[in-house]
Amino acid sequence: MKKLLIGIAFLIIFLLIMLPFAGIAVGAFEQGPGAFWKALVRPEALHAMYLSLIIIVTVTALNAVVGVYLSLEMVRGSWIGRWVKPVVNALIDLPFAVSPVIAGLMVILLFGPDSLMGAFFEGHGTKIVYALPGMVIATLFITFPLMVREVVPLLQEIGEQSEEASKTLGAGPWRTFFQITWPSIRWGVVYGLVLTVARSLGEFGSILVVSGNIMGKTQTATTLVYEDAENFDLVSANSVALVLGAVSIAILLYLEWMKKRKEAQMHAH
Amino acid sequence: MASQAFKAASRSLLIAYLLLLVALPIATVYVKGFSLGWQPFWEEISGSVAWKSILLTIKLSVVSTLIQAVIGTIIAYVLVRYSFRGRTLLSSLVDLPFALPTSVAGLMFLTLLGPQSPIGDWLHRIGIELLYNQAAIVIGLTFVTFPFVVRTVQPLLEQLDASEEQASYTLGAGRGFTFRHVVFPAIVPGILAGSMLAFSRALAEFGAISLISGNLPGKTMVVSVFIYGETQNFRPEGAAALSAVLLTLSLAVLWTINALTRRKGRLA
Repeated sequence: MKKLLIGIAFLIIFLLIMLPFAGIAVGAFEQGPGAFWKALVRPEALHAMYLSLIIIVTVTALNAVVGVYLSLEMVRGSWIGRWVKPVVNALIDLPFAVSPVIAGLMVILLFGPDSLMGAFFEGHGTKIVYALPGMVIATLFITFPLMVREVVPLLQEIGEQSEEASKTLGAGPWRTFFQITWPSIRWGVVYGLVLTVARSLGEFGSILVVSGNIMGKTQTATTLVYEDAENFDLVSANSVALVLGAVSIAILLYLEWMKKRKEAQMHAH
Repeated sequence: MASQAFKAASRSLLIAYLLLLVALPIATVYVKGFSLGWQPFWEEISGSVAWKSILLTIKLSVVSTLIQAVIGTIIAYVLVRYSFRGRTLLSSLVDLPFALPTSVAGLMFLTLLGPQSPIGDWLHRIGIELLYNQAAIVIGLTFVTFPFVVRTVQPLLEQLDASEEQASYTLGAGRGFTFRHVVFPAIVPGILAGSMLAFSRALAEFGAISLISGNLPGKTMVVSVFIYGETQNFRPEGAAALSAVLLTLSLAVLWTINALTRRKGRLA
């Protein structure tokens, strides 16, 4: 029975996860390492990776600041009424329920050329939809809950005592934050950051809708993979996908290492 | 005084950010969907292709969720109860579907099951087609929702004292009886919560299936792909009407999960 169940578990994971992933590696090197390298240094591939990088950096930075601040206000802020907090809480979770395609559609509806805000920005010379700003907004929306969901439980756990003590001893809010609060939420924030990086790197559906997928202009690494696959250029698609997959695995391993560290810390206390 | 003004300003900014980034976009979908009134909304939804895509999405999501409930429970059980070589590797691989970009997931199955790969070729020769049909969609959905059930059942199994199981054996119960009466009742909430999470993800999935589903209107076209098509044809009203339906479904599932987990304490 034991051997049978372990066998089944391995078989499922082999068929559903390992084999398909190995297929990418084989597909990428089907015509040798030269073709793999050529697919990666195509101008459109380089541009796509560059654009993905810009989106990741912008979104992660914004999410970090807003996410930590929102978590602080959600846990500590007494100005948010008792009945408002559950509403805000539900609001924070909403992006989890939204299909990526719908997230893209939202940005088009709000900032498209026919909309009020879109017309305003276009009048001032900034294109949002089918351009970088729209792609950043869509990714911001999708990744919004990640940071808050990591930091809020930590803030609740550490309680307010040390912060109150710091305040009583005459420290200002900034000093209290950096010397008292920050050290205890630091790893939660890092974890949230890594999750945000992973999600922004992998975001596809909303980007495809909002960017118009214009090659060499608004194409990211994930939409380039899609376009290559649509054109049945499987070697190119698999080459870029292999790089994306390798980065994802590195992120995954790092997250797991952090989780283990956290558990070890908890046992040590 | 200055710090008071700073506080007020930063709080207003936070509220504006929340409203502009989260609340307003979701409201817009409903407003646009109903912008022409009930009649056109209903016509968009009940158009034969649109309606079929909704039904197909629900059907295939249910199928992949059921598969997930079974294999997720098996894998969680194996990971918690047995120690064997390769356990850590197995456990790490469970999370891979969450880490991979969805377009990469779609490409994986396109490459593996396509005619150019030996496996796709072999399947073709023995008469099994797994690409551009409903089976392909179920495979894609099962892949992207893979970790949900495993990760919600695992903690419940860990909490369940192994001595309870042993007591059941000592009292003369067989494996089947013990599983049904001791283990299963303890992990049902986890299976349910995980399945519902998987279901809501399956409803919304786009990237992993758009490459492999073939997207035949009325046959293999799911709602998210249909919505994508509408945005490409510059038909925002149709896209918004269908999005409103899909969004309402997802929200209903999400809130049910929240209500269930809150009542029974923290599950997931």
